[in-house]
Amino acid sequence: MTAYTATVTVRLKHGVLDPEADQTRKALERLGFDLDGLRSADRFDIDLDADDARSARERADEMAERLLANPTIHDYDVDVVEAE
Amino acid sequence: MAAVTVSIVRFGGSNCDRDAALALGSLDIDAEIVWHEDGLPEATDGIVIPGGFSYGDYLRAGAMAARSPIMDEVRALAEDGVPVLGVCNGAQIGSESGLTPGAFTTNRSARFQCEHVHLRVENADTPFTSAFTEGEVISLPIAHGEGRFEIEPRKLDAIRSDDRVLFRYCEADGTVTDVANPNGSTDNVAGVLGERETVAVLMPHPERATLDDIGASNGAGTDGAGVLRAFE
Repeated sequence: MTAYTATVTVRLKHGVLDPEADQTRKALERLGFDLDGLRSADRFDIDLDADDARSARERADEMAERLLANPTIHDYDVDVVEAE
Repeated sequence: MAAVTVSIVRFGGSNCDRDAALALGSLDIDAEIVWHEDGLPEATDGIVIPGGFSYGDYLRAGAMAARSPIMDEVRALAEDGVPVLGVCNGAQIGSESGLTPGAFTTNRSARFQCEHVHLRVENADTPFTSAFTEGEVISLPIAHGEGRFEIEPRKLDAIRSDDRVLFRYCEADGTVTDVANPNGSTDNVAGVLGERETVAVLMPHPERATLDDIGASNGAGTDGAGVLRAFE
């Protein structure tokens, strides 16, 4: 078994309104920043032991499917690295 | 007392459970509050998932409660035809658990909104709307920060053609407009049915517009009683 860190990033699907990101962008603009857009995402760093990177990814995928993302509004991606 | 016993599922953070019990009691509907870890009593003939902030809305509103063991029991009884109503956080739990289609997420305004809304009854052929007629306009209060109904266009077409939209936000005269849409819900949808017409979720609060004295004093009216009569 090898120690991995699976990073799951959950984003709103393209076209789904993101009022929190809109408010954050406005707040940054009030602070004087000039920006063309802002998108927010949730990131989960999951430490787990697995036989190989592929099985670590499969487990992280299942976590995203079953809890971390809501398929109606979210896309997600998974990155797996060996833990340091 | 009616024979039906409604179980009102209380999670940590539920806060409309007692309101629901009071409102159902005022209609002579036997109801009891059930702590989610205790499971559903055998005599459960109806289920209310009340509003509140279960699990502090962590991750997403309703996400944690939807995956708690009692929801397996709720799903099983729902499949047997036991009426299930999710209100507000209960609606978020219902959609997160797959009982009903779509998702409820952050209001278009990015604010918590507490106000009275008008709703057009889209399908009066359900236990939750049989007190009304199709096209009738009723008034209920909302109180939510994450009530914007989202659904994929293909699935919206499907629930519309299957008559699974229960209520839509509208003007006082029943016109469905963007201005009358308090939270930016897709197609102004305020409530939807599950796979059976005995399973429904809605963001507005029928239990807050059921009691005569409260309804009269705060202008909420008593239209909510018509929804809760599903459990008679």
